Formats: sequence, C-alpha cells, structure tokens
Amino acid sequence: MGLGMEMRFEGCPAGVFAVVAPVFSPVSPQAEALSHIFVITLLVCAAIFGIVTLLVALCILRFRGKPNAPEPLQITGNERLEISWTVASILVLVGLFVLTVHAMNVSDPAADRPADLTVIGHQWWWEVRYPNGAVAANEIHIPIQSNLLIRAEAADVIHDFWVPQLGRKIDVIPGTTNSLWLRADAPGEYLGTCAEYCGDEHAWMRILVIAQSPADFDAWQARQLQAAATPPSTLAAEGLKVFRAKTCVNCHTIKGTDAETSVAPNLTHFAERTTIGTGVLTNDAESVRLWLADPQKIKPGCHMPNFELTTNELNALTAYLETTK
Amino acid sequence: MNGTTVSTADEYMPMAKEAGAISCVATVDHKRIGILYLVTTFFFFLVGGVEALVMRLQLAVPRNHLVGPGVFNQLFTMHGTTMIFLVVMPALIGFANYFVPLMIGARDMAFPRLNAMSYWLLLFGGLLLHFSVLAGGAPAAGWFSYTPLSESAYSSTQGPDYWILALLVMGVGTVAGAINMIVTILTLRAPGMTMRLVPLFVWMVFINSILIVLAMPALNASIVMLLIDRQLEAHFFTALQGGAPILWQHFFWTFGHPEVYIMVLPAFGMISEVVPVFSRKPIFGYGFVAGSTVAIALLSFGVWAHHMFAVGLGRASDLFFAASSMAIAVPTGIKIFNWVFTMWGGSIRFTTSLMFAVAFILQFVVGGLSGITFAVAPIDWQMTDTYYVVAHFHYVLFGGTLFAMMAGLYYWFPKMSGRILSEKIGKAQFWLMVIGFNGTFMVQHFLGIMGMPRRAFTYPDLPGWGALNMISTVGAFILGFSVLLLGCNIVWSLRRGTQAGDNPWNAWTLEWATSSPPPEENFERVPEIHGRRPLWDLAHPETARAPVKTDFCPEKNKTSMIVFIVSEGFFFLMLIFAYIYYNYTQKPGPDAASSLDARKTLLFTCSLLASSFTIWRSETAFKRRRHKPMVLWLIATIVLGAIFIIGQGSEYWGLLQRGITIRTNLFATTFFTLTGFHGLHVCIGLMLLTIVLVLMLLGDFKNFRPRALQIIGLYWHFVDAVWIVVFSIIYLKLLL
Repeated sequence: MGLGMEMRFEGCPAGVFAVVAPVFSPVSPQAEALSHIFVITLLVCAAIFGIVTLLVALCILRFRGKPNAPEPLQITGNERLEISWTVASILVLVGLFVLTVHAMNVSDPAADRPADLTVIGHQWWWEVRYPNGAVAANEIHIPIQSNLLIRAEAADVIHDFWVPQLGRKIDVIPGTTNSLWLRADAPGEYLGTCAEYCGDEHAWMRILVIAQSPADFDAWQARQLQAAATPPSTLAAEGLKVFRAKTCVNCHTIKGTDAETSVAPNLTHFAERTTIGTGVLTNDAESVRLWLADPQKIKPGCHMPNFELTTNELNALTAYLETTK
Repeated sequence: MNGTTVSTADEYMPMAKEAGAISCVATVDHKRIGILYLVTTFFFFLVGGVEALVMRLQLAVPRNHLVGPGVFNQLFTMHGTTMIFLVVMPALIGFANYFVPLMIGARDMAFPRLNAMSYWLLLFGGLLLHFSVLAGGAPAAGWFSYTPLSESAYSSTQGPDYWILALLVMGVGTVAGAINMIVTILTLRAPGMTMRLVPLFVWMVFINSILIVLAMPALNASIVMLLIDRQLEAHFFTALQGGAPILWQHFFWTFGHPEVYIMVLPAFGMISEVVPVFSRKPIFGYGFVAGSTVAIALLSFGVWAHHMFAVGLGRASDLFFAASSMAIAVPTGIKIFNWVFTMWGGSIRFTTSLMFAVAFILQFVVGGLSGITFAVAPIDWQMTDTYYVVAHFHYVLFGGTLFAMMAGLYYWFPKMSGRILSEKIGKAQFWLMVIGFNGTFMVQHFLGIMGMPRRAFTYPDLPGWGALNMISTVGAFILGFSVLLLGCNIVWSLRRGTQAGDNPWNAWTLEWATSSPPPEENFERVPEIHGRRPLWDLAHPETARAPVKTDFCPEKNKTSMIVFIVSEGFFFLMLIFAYIYYNYTQKPGPDAASSLDARKTLLFTCSLLASSFTIWRSETAFKRRRHKPMVLWLIATIVLGAIFIIGQGSEYWGLLQRGITIRTNLFATTFFTLTGFHGLHVCIGLMLLTIVLVLMLLGDFKNFRPRALQIIGLYWHFVDAVWIVVFSIIYLKLLL
C-alpha cells in the first residue's frame, strides 16, 4: 500500500528508517493482505458514518422546532424502512465476512512444517534461537523474501510479538506454543513491540527485525556461532574479570567464557546490537556505562540489579562489552 | 400537570436536614438511594479522571519521567477498574434506581432494604479497592488481570487481592440490585402497563439487569479461582503446574463482553427517552429498539473470544467469533437509525440534553464502526492492544455512555431537584466536552495505526508519536475542565436554577406526572395507562386507546429467588466447567479414581437427596396449615443436610490425611473448589432452614403467612440439584 511516509528519525536506533504508519506500509504479502482489508473496511465505515452524519445534519437543519410550534405528526415507525436497513446492514457485514475469510487465509496460513526459528518472550526482552544454534536477543535477523515459520514461546507471563509491517501479531503464552509466518520482501530494519501488557517494563520490550540479503544473513548467522573475541586490551581483560566476579555469569551467556546461562540476553555479540535494554537506549559506550552504573534508573523494575560498580570497574566492564563483536 | 403541587429544592432540602444526617445513611427510599449512587459515582469519576490526567501528563512527551512504570501501571489498572465498576455501571444503576419505580408508577423498589444494601456494598467495595493503596500498592495487573501476570509469582503485592475482594463485594451488591430491579419491573408496574408498554429506559434496564444476573457470576467465579490460586497456592491459571492462563481469558471475557453491553444498554434507554421528547415525536420503531436489545443480550454471550483473536485459538474459533461479533453489530447498529428517524420530521428543541444525545449518536457510531474493524479478525490481529483499541472503547463508553448520561442528567435533573440545570453553562460544557473528548481520543486511532501499544508507561520518540500524544493530553485537560464546569452548573443550579415545575419538558412518561422532586410516596394518584405515553394520552384523550389489563405479574419473593438461583447456577457452571476442563485427561498425581471413595459419597448423597423430599413434605404441611408435621419434616431436613456436611467433612479429612490438599495438583484444586463451594451453599441453606425452624418454634408461622419456607425450599432444591450434577461428573464414573 505504501501509505506510510518513510523518514530517517533521530529517536530511532541508528540506521532505522521509521515509517509513520507501519500498519499501512506492509513489506510482506501477509501484511499486505491485512493492510488491504483494513483500508476496505475503513472505507465502508467512512461511508456509513457519512450517511448517518448527513441524516443527522439534515434533521438539525430541516426539523429545528420553532417556539410554540404545534406538535408534529406522530409517526411511530415504518416497518418496511426498518427491515430494509436491517437487511442492508446484514449484507454489508456478510460482504466483510467474506473478505475476512480471504484475508485470514492469506495473512495467516496454517503452520505445516517445523519452525525456522524460535522467539521466546521474557520479562522484558526477547530471546531468539536459530536452528544452527545461534542465539540472539531483541534483534531478529532474517533473510529477505523467504517465508519463515516462527515458533513463539513465553518464559514467564504472556507477551505478544508484533512487527506491524511484516504481519499479524501473536500472543506468546507460557505453557503453550504459537506459530507465526514472518517475511520481509525488502531489506531493512522493521520496528515492532511487545503488544500484550506484561508488567513493569512492558513499554521497553521493543523488537527490531533486520532483514538482509540471504548472503548477508548467512554470514551473520555463521558469525553468531563464533565465540566472543579475546579481550584485545588490558582494560577489556580487566572487564572480563569484573564480568566473572560480579555474578553476571549467573544470568548472561558469553560464548568462549564460562558464562552459559540464558536467564538474561546472550551477550556474545552484544556490541553488534543497535540498542540495549530492549530498546531503551542506543548501544554506544556512553549508554553502556549509564546502564551498568544503574540499570534500575534506566529501566525501573527490570530484573538486572544495580551492582554498584566502582568507576574503575565501570570503565573496564564497558570497555570489555564494547569488544564483544 | 395533573394539579399536583410544585415543590422545589428549597422545600426539599430542609426536609432532608430536619431528618438529620443519619437519615441519608438509613434511607431505603429509592430516590435518595439513587442520588447516593449518583453522588458516589461522581466522586469516583473525579478520582478516575485525575488518574487519567496523571497518565496523560506522563504520556504528553516521549521518554517522560513524571511517574515510573510502577505508578503508571497502578494508575491504568485503577482507572479502568474505577471507571467500569465504580462509575459507569453504578451511575446507570443510580439513574435506574431513581427513575424506574417512577416510570412504572411504583411506590418504591420491590425490596427497599436490599436496595440500600446494594448501594452500601458498592461504596464499601470501592473503599476496599482504594485501601490497597495504603496496603502496599494498588493492583497493577490491569482491569482484566490476565494470568499469570496477576498470579502471586508476578504480582507479589496485595493489590490484586484487594482488587478481587473489592470486586466480589461490589459484585454481590450489583447482582442483588439487578435481581431487585428485575422483580420491581416484573411485579410493580402500574395497572395496565404491560411489558410491551413500559418506557424504553425501563425495558433496557430490565434486559440489562438480566445480563448482570447472568454475567456477574462468571466474574465472581473467575476471581474466586484467582484468589484461591493466590492465597492457597492452587493452580487454576499457573502454567508451571499445568494450569491454563488462557482459561482465565475465556472466563473473564465470558463476563467481560456482556459487561460492555451492561455499560451501554441503559444509555440506549436514556437516548430513547430524550430524543423523542425533544423531537416531539414518539420513538421510531419501539418494537425494533426493544427487540434488538433482546438480540444483543442473547448474542453478547457468544462473542467473548473476539477479545482473544491474538491468542492464537485457531481458524475455526476466530471465524466463529468474527461472525458472531459482526452479527451483534446489526441489532446495535440499527438503533442508530431508529433514533435518527425519531428526529426526522420532528420539531426539534435544541436543549443541552438533546445536544448531548446528538453527540452521543455520532460518537457512538464512530465507536461502533471501529468495533466492526475489530470484528474483522485480521484487522484485530494488527490493531488489538494498541491505542486504536483505547480510542475505540472510549468512543463507546465515554463518547457513548457518558454523553448519554449527560443527556439523561440534563433531562432528569429538574425532576430530582426541582430546578433546571443552567442551559447557558450547559451548552458551554457541552462544547468543551465535545472538543475535549474528540481531542483526546480521535488522535489515539492514529497512534494505534502508527504502532503505539497500549498500557505502556512511555514510548520511544518515533515520528508523530510525541505530537499526537501532546494533542491527546491537551484534549484530556479540556475534558477535565468541562467536568468541573458540570460541577459548577450543578452547584449553581441547585441554588439559583429556574424552577422546574412538574413537567418542564412537556414529556410523556410517568415520572413527570408527580411533583419535582417527587414526594416520598412518589404519586398521589397514578394516571390511567392507555399506552406508552401516559401523559400524552392524558392531554390527547381523543387518540388514546382503551386501557389494557396488566399482562404478567408474578409473586415477588418467589421471582427473586428464581432469578437468584439462575445467577447461582451460572456461578456453579463456571466451577463445573473448570473441573471438567482440567480432569478429562489423565494428569500426574492423585485423581478422582485414586483418591475418592464413591460408595461412601453415595451414602451421604442419598441423605442430601432425601432432604429434598422432606422439605417438600414440610412445605405441603405448611400449605395444609398443619403445624406439627411442618416442624418435624423441617427438622428432618436439617438433620439430613447435616449428615451430608459431616460426610463431606470426613471425605475431606481422609484426603488431607493422605496429604492431598488444594495445592497438590489440578485435580485437587478443582475438586476442593467445586465441592467446597457446594458445601458452603449447603451450610448457608442449613443456616437459613435453622432460622426458619427457630421462627416456627417461636410461633411466627402460626398464621401460615410467611413465605420464607417456600422460598428457602426452592433454594434447597437448587443446592440438591447442583449436587446431582457434581456427583455425576466427579463420582458417577467411579461407580460404573
């Protein structure tokens, strides 16, 4: 449809072109079908609203009572008229229902094969697992022009996965799995968000889908399997020590170190990501320092406590995390 | 009209003062209770409004830090809960309380003391809800309290517990009020006013009360299960122990969608009174308006899962609920044309009341049409849980219901106070409210389309988001100002307003046939009923039809018990459904087969069933006016009931001895809840029977007039019938 104007915007993570109305700027056949039926329905609604408004306006203009006017003709109804508008509204809705069935089939075909990747909603971040074993967080890389079947799960409460330019939203529910087709026809970065209220930091549970050419995607996916680089400087090496000493390893994984838990985002390739805190800050050294100094100040209620790091520890840990490419 | 005296607020107020402050607490007069409802809801409206304004301030600019997520989430939870349960519902009930008895020519409600109880339960429920703020924090899981977020693992404060208890307290009051209303309308109509002749407001309140009686038990049952989860560590909705979080959504919306109609039907009724009077024509298509309301009530129980299109329930379910939701749009939508064609050809008087009604029509159409976009499930897949939804239901509930209540207030205030609200201030308030309301909520449609999720305490600085949110915030403050102006208008008009007289609008329904405000007994003489517009017929005797006989007027005590039993039946239906849902497949841990002794249960089941026979014998003796057998059979009933309770107690004891408690697994959770609630009902029945027995022994039944025995007998039969169902589901297969 392309109704949405595209523009570069400062509030977005670097490199993201945000569209004003993502619902009307589909980049997949699924989202196209949704946008299409939405536009048709809105036109129908606008026509109905127009009719009612016109009738009300005519009433106001034509039937304004004058003071001491005699009582008007007492009409109690008109069965034929009432039956006709009942039938007319039924016909409109039957038409919409037919379009609904069609749009559902196009935008949400049945899942007929094993999932291509798994997305797990956590309070308040997204874990993304690829079939080759790569694990990412919050930023979902996909190859363009390929129908990907997503398996959607939840680790704690109900969340909802929604990237409006790519298709429908789907709840992710603890105890059950859902599936969803994801596809992007053009390379680019597409914003999404958790849409189901999930507690304190529901607002900062953003999603970024990065659609790449198949070659770029394959390269990225292969890179994810590599271990994190050995700290290149003494400061960074100091940072790795802090990382291990401060119990960071109890929650985070960094491949190539002994940090192997996935309660919190995998940090092996942390420095490659565009945002931290699931969208709350742009990922640069300054933000990382701010975050580490007190995560509760940046994202109140999040599950990472304030470790009260000293300035030296902050410098070292920031330097180390900046090397995790 | 009719030569009754014109009394005024000045005459009325001193009377209230003379009676002392205590009289307003002790009153059982439906009019004063109605006013208590309206004053209370106006207070809570201000509370909920301030909560909304703080939220709007927080959202005025991106990445704002005015309040943190903790406070914001409490604010939107409390705002939703307050506006729904403490403002919209009770305000409509308040209007109904004041005007239904007047409109049907009754002296008061069927059960004035029960009526007072309903009000006080509402007030104390509201206070209990707000007490949570002092007890560690208000609930923050949303007014829908989705599990598992609202379970103790993720909501560790006592907020949700207060939320549950408050809703239970209010829920009991609301159901009692609805039963009272149904019985009042069925049994206290003026001679000649058949159910086909009642004013549409009365009809809508009647259908609405039926909806309340059927829908509230679904809420009560769900929140009781949640409370058991939270307090007793049971597993109804906890995923880790096999519970289904989605079941909560099904249960909640089984209540929640009828609730939406509970919040609009009386508003439809008000519009159906106001538009004809100020257009000087009868309602266009009374039959269609009344009949389509019945259709809405029936369909409203079949559309709940359109709140759950994003859950992934599957194609069949989504299609069914898309179709049913479109179907309910028809009876809702066609009413719009009925109102418009009531104005068509009329002689319209542009009072503030009518202006609010016209704004209602247009705004409700917007809300209804955006509702249709949600019935189209694929659009819902995009738009649900965004600001588009927030815009949608505010157009229905604020632009719709609240505007209708404004129309109703300007229309009926003269009757309640004896003085007309200032039209000048009223029109200023109207325009401010229209601008403020549309300014706040129109832009939220666009925010949704732009991808802004609802229930988020802040948002990234994406293109346009900040600007539209700022517009919305400014609109909200204009809206807030218009509410203050309403307050000023009420205060000013109570002192200085034009004297209303009996019938300032030259209206046609019975409430205008008495003084303003009406005397305590309501009417000196109720005019003869010839048709739907008694006062029109009085003024135009040449066109009036011959009066008809009252069609259907059942006995009030029995009717109230039957309605109550239906409501209770729905409560048990939810518990029974939960038991079946969790036990139809084999699960690890104890189950019915491994832990229950069905033969022993059969014994005390027989005892309970026999008690139905004995109470029937006692009733027969009562009818034959034979005192001794009546007492003896009643004693037998109580003994048999007690045997059942002792039997059930021993069964529980045996289970507990073997370490099976409500937290063991889902079988235990559902078993103890279902049989426990049944046992509780048996105990209540036993208490009631014992009271009747004591009264009998004290000689109260000497003249065989009290109906208590028959009424409680009905209840007792119901309790037995429930047990037959419970027994068949839990035990029967163990015997076969």
